[in-house]
Amino acid sequence: MDQIIFAIALIITLAVFGFTASRYVRLFMLTKPAFPVRNIGKRINLLIKVAIAQSKMFRKPFTGILHAFVFWGFIVMLFGSIEMVIDGLIGAERSLYILGGLYDFLIGAGDLFALIITVAIIVFLSRRIFLHVKRFEGIEMKKVSHVDAKIALTIILLLMITLLGLNSSYVAYQTNIGEEIHGVYPVSMYLAGIYSNITVDTIYVHHEVHWWSHILLIFLFANILPYSKHLHVFMSVPNVFLSRLDPLGKLPNMENITREVKMMMNPDTAFADPPEEAPVERFGILDAEDVSWKNYLDSLSCTECGRCTSVCPANITGKKLSPRKIMMDLRARMKEKSKGLIKKGKDYNDDKSLIRNYISEEELWACTTCNACAQECPINIDHPKLIIDMRRYLVMEEGSAPGGIKTVFSNIENNGAPWQYSPEDRMIWSENLEIKK
Amino acid sequence: MENKKLNIPVMADLHARNEKPEYLFWVGCAGAYDDRYKKVVQAFAKILSHLNISYAVLGKEESCTGDPARRAGNEMLYQMQALQNIEILGMYEIKKIITICPHCYNIFKNEYPDLGGNYEVISYVELLDNMIKAGRLKIDISKFDDVRITFHDPCYFGRANNIYEEPREILKSITSNMIEMERNRSFALCCGAGGAQMFKEAEEGDKEVFIERTEEALNTDAGIIATSCPFCMTMMTDGLKYKNKEEEIKNYDIAELIALSLGL
Repeated sequence: MDQIIFAIALIITLAVFGFTASRYVRLFMLTKPAFPVRNIGKRINLLIKVAIAQSKMFRKPFTGILHAFVFWGFIVMLFGSIEMVIDGLIGAERSLYILGGLYDFLIGAGDLFALIITVAIIVFLSRRIFLHVKRFEGIEMKKVSHVDAKIALTIILLLMITLLGLNSSYVAYQTNIGEEIHGVYPVSMYLAGIYSNITVDTIYVHHEVHWWSHILLIFLFANILPYSKHLHVFMSVPNVFLSRLDPLGKLPNMENITREVKMMMNPDTAFADPPEEAPVERFGILDAEDVSWKNYLDSLSCTECGRCTSVCPANITGKKLSPRKIMMDLRARMKEKSKGLIKKGKDYNDDKSLIRNYISEEELWACTTCNACAQECPINIDHPKLIIDMRRYLVMEEGSAPGGIKTVFSNIENNGAPWQYSPEDRMIWSENLEIKK
Repeated sequence: MENKKLNIPVMADLHARNEKPEYLFWVGCAGAYDDRYKKVVQAFAKILSHLNISYAVLGKEESCTGDPARRAGNEMLYQMQALQNIEILGMYEIKKIITICPHCYNIFKNEYPDLGGNYEVISYVELLDNMIKAGRLKIDISKFDDVRITFHDPCYFGRANNIYEEPREILKSITSNMIEMERNRSFALCCGAGGAQMFKEAEEGDKEVFIERTEEALNTDAGIIATSCPFCMTMMTDGLKYKNKEEEIKNYDIAELIALSLGL
C-alpha cells in the first residue's frame, strides 16, 4: 500500500516537473545563439572553483561560508534523498547500506550538515526578519520577493528538522528493538535520547511521520522552485558551467554589423543592392525574443541576492539603475510573454516590450560598464552585456541616445575623436618636448 | 644634466625611410587632445626614449579606437573605426602595440581580434613594471618616499583584464608609503566615466560617482592620488577641485610619477 502511494506521489512530482521543464525548454528554443560551448576543461575548472568551492561567495565571508555549508550539505543529502526514493519504491529501509564505508560517510556527513544548515537557515531568516539588510531592499524588491525568500528558507528549515527527526527516530527504534543501525549519525545519535521514555510503537509512528513529511516536502520543494526565484537551485551550477570565458572587458562582436560595414567599405559592393535572401534582423535587444540563451539562463539563475546592485556605482550614488532589477525584469517579461511566445512563436506581439515597459532608458544609460556587478555575481551572471545589447537597440534601431552621446558619435564620425578636434592637431603634445640627459 | 630636444618618431616618416620600429605607441584621443593628459603622454614618451625603446606613433593617422561608441551601443560606428584602424596598422605591419589608456588596451587586446586585428598588446603599466624589475629604470626613491600615495584602479585594467598588481608594484618602487582605499582591486569603485559616461550628464541621483570615489580616496589621507587612465584622471582631478583639495592633494598618473622619480 505504502509503495503504491509513494509511486503515485513520485509520478505526480515527475509529471508536474516535466511539464514545467518542457515549458522552459520551449522558451530556450526561442532564444538567440550566444556563443559556442567549447573549452570543456576550462569550464570544469570554473565549475569546481566557482560552483563547488563557492569561491565568489567568499567575497562576503560571513554569509559566504553559511551559504557554502547549505550548498555542500544539499549535495551530500542528495544521496540520502535518492535512497529514500529507492526505499519508497521497493518498500525497503536504508537499502543503500550495502555500500559500506561510503554509505556511512555520506549519511554521517548528511546528518551533520542537517544541523549546520538548520543553524545557517535560522541566521538567514533572522537577517531577513529582524535586521535591515540594505542589499535586500530596492525598487525591484517587491513584497513577493521577500515572501518568496522566506517560503524557501522555511521549507529548507522544515526539510532539515524532518531529516534530523527521521534519523534520530530511526536510531532510537533500531536500538529499542535491538537491530543493527545502518549508517553513522553524529548528531542524531544524541537527539535519539529524546525518545528514551517513549514506547517502541510511538517511535515507529514518529519515524513514519518524519519519513513521509521529509520526502513529500522534497517533492513539493522541487515543484515550487521553478516558479520562484529559487530556480537558482537548479540553474546556478549550469550557469557557472556555461559562463562566458572571455575577459570581462570583452564585448561580443556583432557579425551582422561586420557584414554590413565590410560591404560599405568595399567599393565594389558599397552601392549594390542588399542581397535579397538576407532576413531583416533586429540589432540589439528590445524584448524577450531578442535575448540569447545565456541572457535568459542568467535571469533564471538569479536568486536576487543583490550583491551586484550593492557594488554598482550608479546604484550606490542613487541612480535608478540596479543590475539585479535588469535580471529580474528579463525573467518577468519572459514569463509574461511566455504563453504567447510558446503558442505563436517569435512574432507574437502584445504591444509591450522589455525596454520601456520594464526597463527605462534612464536605467540603461546610467551604466558605466565598470563590470563590478558581473565581478561580484557569485554565479557569473553577466549584466553589462545585456545592458549594452539594449543600448545597441536604442542607438541602431531608434537612433535614440542622450545628447552628449550623440555628439560623441558625430565627432568620431567626422574627426575620429570623441572631442571636436582636428586630426591635424594630434601631435601638438610632442612639440617643443625636452628631456634631461 | 642638460636639456635635449626630444623628437617623437612618427610611423609615416619611418616608413618613408624604410625603417620599422618594434612597437607602435598608441597615444589615444585623450593623450592627443586633453590638456592634462598630454602631460602624461609626454612623461611616458620621455620614459620610452630614456629606455631606448624602438617605437613610433601614428600621429595624424591615429583615429579613435571606437570604444566610447561601442559601449554606448553604436556597434556600426565602432566597427567602421576598428576596420579603418586595422587597415592602417596592417599597412605598417604593426605587430606590437603599447597603450597608455586602459580602454584602448582592452579594445585592441580583446575586441579587435574578432575583426581580424591581432597584435601583441602591452599596457604601459606592464611595460613599466617589467622595466623596473629588469633594473632598467633606476628610480630615485627619495623623491616620493615620504609621500603617502593611494591608487585608484581603472575598471578596464582591473576587472576587465585582471591587471591589479603591476601598478601597485610600480608605486611600491617609488614610495614606501603606498596606501589602499577601502574598495580596491576587484572591489574598486569606478570613477564614473566608463561606458561613454565621460561624455554625457549623469542621470539623476543623490551624488556623482566621482565624488563618492574622491571621498574614499581622501579618507586615506594620501598626498597623491595615482591613476592610470585618462578618464579616471579627469574624474579624480574634478573630485579634488569639487572638494577644494586640489592645492594640498595632487592627482598624478603613474607614468608621471616614474618620470619625476627618474628626474626626466
